[in-house]
Amino acid sequence: MTSAVRAAEQLTDGDWHRLHPATPLLKGGIALLAIAGVLIANLRERIIEGFFGGGPSDDDPISLLYDNGLLGWALLILLGGVLLTMVGFYVSWRMHEFRVTDEVVEVRSGILFRTNRKGRLDRIQGINIMRPFVARLFGAAKLEVNVAGQNANVQLSYLRSKDADTLRREILLLASGKRAERAGVSAGVPATDATLHGTRGVSAPDGTGQPADGHPAEGHRTAFLEERAREFLSPELDPDAAPPESVVTIPVGRLIGSILLSGFTIAILLVILVGIPIVVATGSYWLLLPVLPGLIGSIGFYVSRVMRSLRYSIAGTPDGIRVGYGLLSTSNDTLPPGRIHAVEVHQPLLWRIPGWWSIRITKASSSVGQSAAAQASSELLPVGTLGDVARVLGLILPEFVGETSTSLIRTGMLGRGAPDDGFVNAPRRGRILRPLSWRRTGFAIDPTALLLRTGAVWRHLVIVPHARLQSIALKQGPLERALRIARVHAHTVAGPVNSELPGVDREVAVQLYLDLAASAAQSDRTDRTHRWNAGAAELIAEFEGSAGADGEVVTDGAPSREEPR
Amino acid sequence: MRRIVSRSTELPAIEWRRVSPKLVGVELVGTLISALLFAAVGGFLIYLDVWFGWLILVAAVVLHAVMAVLTPRRVRSIGYQLREDDLVFRRGIMWQRFVAVPYGRMQLVDITRGPLARSLGLADLKLVTAAAVTNVSIPGLAMSDADDLRDRLVELAETRRAGL
Repeated sequence: MTSAVRAAEQLTDGDWHRLHPATPLLKGGIALLAIAGVLIANLRERIIEGFFGGGPSDDDPISLLYDNGLLGWALLILLGGVLLTMVGFYVSWRMHEFRVTDEVVEVRSGILFRTNRKGRLDRIQGINIMRPFVARLFGAAKLEVNVAGQNANVQLSYLRSKDADTLRREILLLASGKRAERAGVSAGVPATDATLHGTRGVSAPDGTGQPADGHPAEGHRTAFLEERAREFLSPELDPDAAPPESVVTIPVGRLIGSILLSGFTIAILLVILVGIPIVVATGSYWLLLPVLPGLIGSIGFYVSRVMRSLRYSIAGTPDGIRVGYGLLSTSNDTLPPGRIHAVEVHQPLLWRIPGWWSIRITKASSSVGQSAAAQASSELLPVGTLGDVARVLGLILPEFVGETSTSLIRTGMLGRGAPDDGFVNAPRRGRILRPLSWRRTGFAIDPTALLLRTGAVWRHLVIVPHARLQSIALKQGPLERALRIARVHAHTVAGPVNSELPGVDREVAVQLYLDLAASAAQSDRTDRTHRWNAGAAELIAEFEGSAGADGEVVTDGAPSREEPR
Repeated sequence: MRRIVSRSTELPAIEWRRVSPKLVGVELVGTLISALLFAAVGGFLIYLDVWFGWLILVAAVVLHAVMAVLTPRRVRSIGYQLREDDLVFRRGIMWQRFVAVPYGRMQLVDITRGPLARSLGLADLKLVTAAAVTNVSIPGLAMSDADDLRDRLVELAETRRAGL
């Protein structure tokens, strides 16, 4: 047992703990940089004059202060401001605490406006560890516990990088329902009021009586730097928490190719191919002015897309799938089993040439951080071959992917809609409404999931596990009624995957609707994924004693306010 | 001869429970208020001498008249039924919509009473699941029925409670 593991166990002992001491700096860092930037910009001339000589201009603020004998006061005020900020940082760090109990993850923060945020462990949808570039330099990481609901995430920012990994494992262990095993371990650890940075160097014997093998962190700067470098360069997947090998690797060439073959590229090419002849023919070169910034911006778009998807990795762990992303700022998401509400395998038009596919998923929680991070978390496989898709689907829907379903998935992705291809296809009479794609429009029901195949130009295959269906709708408008077709909508939580199937024969649609309703209700009795490792007895207790909302936000203090981000 | 307009869609083996006919009154008052608002806009535009003012006025009157005529049929089309494992709900005549909500997926049952509905002793019952698109709201239930239905649904949801 390493010291980091023991530290994380202390973090989950149910007491309040503090975050990484650099937290306020990392959070307010951008503001500080901005202020410094403004100051420097304002004083630039003064500094240049100081170096190169030259008459000071009269309206310079420093000259004014100096002339009026107020320079001392100004410095005092500046010093006071800096001191106040530092005190504020310190107090806000002292007041920002979190705890992990057997039931909830809870964070409280704020100096004047106290915010208290709780997330129930059995409603955890995933745990995301993000390491923005600057935070990585400090060896800090942001741990985000995703609970069901929009904007209901509990953020622990920032933690020590290594602690974040072990803390995630511990939280998932608690959430999975393996409480009996935990109880024995945590009893052996004395509940000290240890702040995060203090625990690692402690060499107290752990539960097994062996001394800790932690680094003697007595401020050796070289050791610190070495550790930083090691963390920075180490693979994104923690070797003892996951099988070290990612199921899918994306060669850089394919990644760049996939982005070059996107619809965005077509748009740019169109602009260039149509725009330049027009400009040259008419001689109105001023037209280029508004276009050029857009082109430069698009380069930024490409670079950020490539950077984000570099070092992509996906692997299965006992507590779910782990997806890692990013080169400089990294993001590392763990999704426990049964947290994926819908899966979509899709193929943009141009990707048909190399035969690439992409996988998107719908989750019950949404990461509200940067939109890029949110997008990354819903894009499970940015680009992959048929084999990659099969491997990823096997990871995320283990109970679904088997012998028969493999051929279903294949026809769902590639099939053109032959009469007996395993899918129930849309009738020919619906072709007025969907002239190109009616042949491919169809569905298949597996004991555990529903498959929807749509789109002939942009091919889509949507898979919704019955256990994640929230409700089912059957809809028919006047046109559809005249054609005796209907649409069936498998309702899931809100997300990027659209699980509606249009153009189904009416009688078939009614039967599909009834079947889905029955299998959704049936899956209630068999689905146990919200405590994925719990024994039966514990589940019964869980079922009888469950109540309360997910991810409640309680704010004390008069003006109700959301947690500042 | 083949019928040009085919039959409306029906689910087999479901006896729909209908909502109170008094809902027609509530809906009609709503239609009337909306018609008056549109007519007022039209009238104002006519007063300002805008040429399409008459168009708006006539369109508002015609559309709302059609809506009012169809209201009884629309109310009759609303139905629900508690089956063994789920609640099924339907509504609409031109645009039909059937929704099935398994009891285990209900997150919350909500009763709302508008001022007019309250004066007629009616209430709306809304079912909320984790999916926003579920959107099932049964209007025009007698108040006691709504309370009973809510209690029954909460009880059913508790016994079948599942993960998300």
